[in-house]
Amino acid sequence: MIEAAATAQEPHIGAGDAEPTLAVEELKTHFFTKAGVVKAVDGVSFSIKRGEVLGIVGESGSGKSITGLSIIGLIDPPGRIVSGAIRFKGRDLTKLSEEEIRQLRGDRIAMIFQDPMMALNPVLRIDTQIIEAVRAHHDVDRGTALEMAREALSAVGIPAPERRLKAYPHELSGGMRQRVAIAIAFINKPDLIIADEPTTALDVTIQAQILHVAQELCRNTGTALIWITHDLAVVSAIADRIAVMYAGRIVEQGTAAEVIGSPLHPYTRGLIGSVPSHNARGKRLYQISGMTPSLLHLPPGCAFRNRCDYAGPLCSEAPPVTEPTQGRQLRCFYPLKSEAMS
Amino acid sequence: MSVTEAPAAIAEKNDASAVETPLRRFVSAYCESKLAVGAALFLLVLILLAAFAPLIAPQNPYDLAQVDVLDSRLPPGEVGFSGMTYWLGSDGAGRDLLSAMLYGLRISLSVGFLSGLIAMAIGAAIGLIAAYVGGRVDSLIMRIVDLQLSFPAILVALMLIAVLGKGVDKIIIALVTVQWAYYARTVRGSALVESQKEYVEAARCLGLSHARILFRHILPNCLPPLIVVATVQAAHAIALEATLSFLGVGLPQTEPSLGLLISNGFEYVLSGKYWISTFPGIALLVTIVTINLVGDQLRDVLNPRLAR
Amino acid sequence: MTAFILRRLMQSVGVVAVMSLIVFFGVHIVGDPVYLLINPQADQEDIEAAIRALGLDRPIWEQYWHFLTGALQGDLGRSFVFGEPALKLILDRMPATLELAIAALLMAIIFGIPLGLYAGLKPQSWASKTIMAGSILGFSLPTFWVGIMLIMVFAVMLGWLPSTGRGPTATFLGITSSLFTLEGWRYVLLPATNLALLKISLVVRLTRAGTREAIHQDYIRFARAKGLPTHRVIGVHLLKNILIPVVTVLGLEFGNLVAFSVVTETIFAWPGMGRLLISSIQSLDRPVIVAYLIIIVLMFIIINLVVDILYSLLDPRVRLGEKSA
Repeated sequence: MIEAAATAQEPHIGAGDAEPTLAVEELKTHFFTKAGVVKAVDGVSFSIKRGEVLGIVGESGSGKSITGLSIIGLIDPPGRIVSGAIRFKGRDLTKLSEEEIRQLRGDRIAMIFQDPMMALNPVLRIDTQIIEAVRAHHDVDRGTALEMAREALSAVGIPAPERRLKAYPHELSGGMRQRVAIAIAFINKPDLIIADEPTTALDVTIQAQILHVAQELCRNTGTALIWITHDLAVVSAIADRIAVMYAGRIVEQGTAAEVIGSPLHPYTRGLIGSVPSHNARGKRLYQISGMTPSLLHLPPGCAFRNRCDYAGPLCSEAPPVTEPTQGRQLRCFYPLKSEAMS
Repeated sequence: MSVTEAPAAIAEKNDASAVETPLRRFVSAYCESKLAVGAALFLLVLILLAAFAPLIAPQNPYDLAQVDVLDSRLPPGEVGFSGMTYWLGSDGAGRDLLSAMLYGLRISLSVGFLSGLIAMAIGAAIGLIAAYVGGRVDSLIMRIVDLQLSFPAILVALMLIAVLGKGVDKIIIALVTVQWAYYARTVRGSALVESQKEYVEAARCLGLSHARILFRHILPNCLPPLIVVATVQAAHAIALEATLSFLGVGLPQTEPSLGLLISNGFEYVLSGKYWISTFPGIALLVTIVTINLVGDQLRDVLNPRLAR
Repeated sequence: MTAFILRRLMQSVGVVAVMSLIVFFGVHIVGDPVYLLINPQADQEDIEAAIRALGLDRPIWEQYWHFLTGALQGDLGRSFVFGEPALKLILDRMPATLELAIAALLMAIIFGIPLGLYAGLKPQSWASKTIMAGSILGFSLPTFWVGIMLIMVFAVMLGWLPSTGRGPTATFLGITSSLFTLEGWRYVLLPATNLALLKISLVVRLTRAGTREAIHQDYIRFARAKGLPTHRVIGVHLLKNILIPVVTVLGLEFGNLVAFSVVTETIFAWPGMGRLLISSIQSLDRPVIVAYLIIIVLMFIIINLVVDILYSLLDPRVRLGEKSA
């Protein structure tokens, strides 16, 4: 799956050279806990154009979810956006008031969560939960909103939508609940959708369906999509660009073809290498040695240093962002030679 | 688990901390709340006051030779005919309120703690047996426990007293009956969890007797929730005894607890002699609040689900 | 759903039967039944006549049967003090007690839930800490002492509210209650507050705990991500989830309210069942005590049943069963 995707990706319609839908600049989100300061996101920059799909990949604790939550403004104390800018269609979201951000949420920027059973309120009906998303931002009467809800459910491929509307979340399967969540996200035709591990809690077969649904909708509406996941296989199927995160920083960024086909950062290579399908049968699975460092006590210098096979003397300093080729970004002193992955 | 807590939690787990014994950890966790520390110290003071009441009190209010009926109903701070200063006033029979309160505190605390201890012993034993033996015995015992707990304590106590009559021993029986079920349920719950653990299996393999396993191995591990329940129940027992005494169905006049003092003072409230009821009430209140504060903090500290 | 109700009804009947057995045999085992049911001050002849009349010289199973049939017909014995049927005495006073309990319940809901909600949403704020401290005070304060203090402050010192008794009643929809008159509320306010104090603290703590737990759930985050205004997130999403456990606890606590009214009624001279019970205990009017016990048990069973049904109605997960599509 990875090999095929690496050669066959094409930019989406509308991914032109207009102003980017979202431009994140040096975002830092820190958590001030009793035990110390957790630098969950520590200097993250990327941009995403209209209709583009950006995949953010990383392990647990890499900061990828926090990045998504920072953009939509749902960071609660003891966390806080410490510095940086989040430019959404020109406006800096970090400078907006809570009320201004609330108006954007659900309308221009939407979010899909990992576990649809927990994300949908168990004691409210499906139609209630869809309709309120519409009526919070647009002045429509209940009948119109109900019709919109019905259409939205059809658009995500749910059969017999009228019956589903009257149901409660626990009456639907996991895959259907996630489709409902996607329907809610798309219903106001937002400019940007942040999907935080939406398929992780689902069966593999359902995963493919959900991916397909999301892709189709984005293509048709021109919505930009940030797909956050730890699963490289998933992201390679859907993303135009990929950003790899480690310990709160983006260590490598580029088009999907580039990052997967010829990774430059040792961590990226490690991630690709540890995908089971990538390993020769009968041989031991490749694993990146060591563990993610504690975000409370990051070692100085490159955070990946202790696990890296290629670490050198320079790595005791934190590597700056470099741009080895056009559109490609990297944080590494000893990048891998660009060799095609076998 | 919510997403924004994940990085902090992971960070803390990966963080190596200094070696601490459980006791030290418990004490330092408990001391995180200055209020709770203050409460614990104050409780100690109260217990000491009660224990040494005969030595501290200005007068023994139940020794008729020391009481002057001419000094009755004096407001706080007045000096009476006998030359004694009644710091908190005197009651209808001329007894010094401060002394009466100290003695009353003594009785309230001792009845409360005694009944609590007995209830704990009985309840814990029953709970342990229920958990250890399991099966039908367990179901039966828990049914009885549930039945009893579904009725309000005061009702059970009143019924028992109505049937048994009055007297110190009857009150203690009533208080024990009201409390044992809480202990039984708590201990049974944690004993059930413990008996699934491996050290019990290991003890069985060693051929230790059931009694030994129960009391030396399982019981100590059930102590944390038991301690929490004990403090809560202690406060309840003291309050219940006070209520019963107030209603006139509690301790007899010869063993006046704080509840009885308040009851005695009730008739004077409407004529403005507030102190006879107010001060013993404050003493009772302070005692209960203190115990509850300590119990609250204990519960927060010993609760594994509120892992910090 | 109907199967569920039927099952619970059967269980309740079972419990009632067991309770009747316990009450009856309890009275016979613990005390001398003769003195429990007959005025001990009567003449020897009268006692013997009464023993025969009440069938106390019959075998115990026959006595139980006699008791049961009598009870089902509504005859639970005669009061020594009043000479009237015990059941009638209690039922006459029940409306007053229920009034008090309902007023207290209302206060607990109206004050407890908003305060608990606030304390749960802003746990670090100064107001919230005060509320929590207040709640500890609330359930530490002995009810009877608070009652005395309330009388002292509001009736004696300030003279705003009457210190004893029940206000004038009015009839509405066939129910006679002092809650339907304005003057009646003046009388009910102090005792209801006294009774409610404990419950308010309970509700505050419960609501706060529920809020603190619910606020971190994903569905709240999702609701915010949809851009819903705060009042809808809290007022609909959060509240509906918390209300379920709170309502069930409150329902069960209603029984406790009725029981605890014993104390409040004594202090405020409120003419309810509780006051009757206390005076009966003091005057050894045992038939009344037995009758009270049975009625309270019945009341508890009914309340439990109603709360169970209510819970299954409120929570759609229970109501519709855990179906997986």
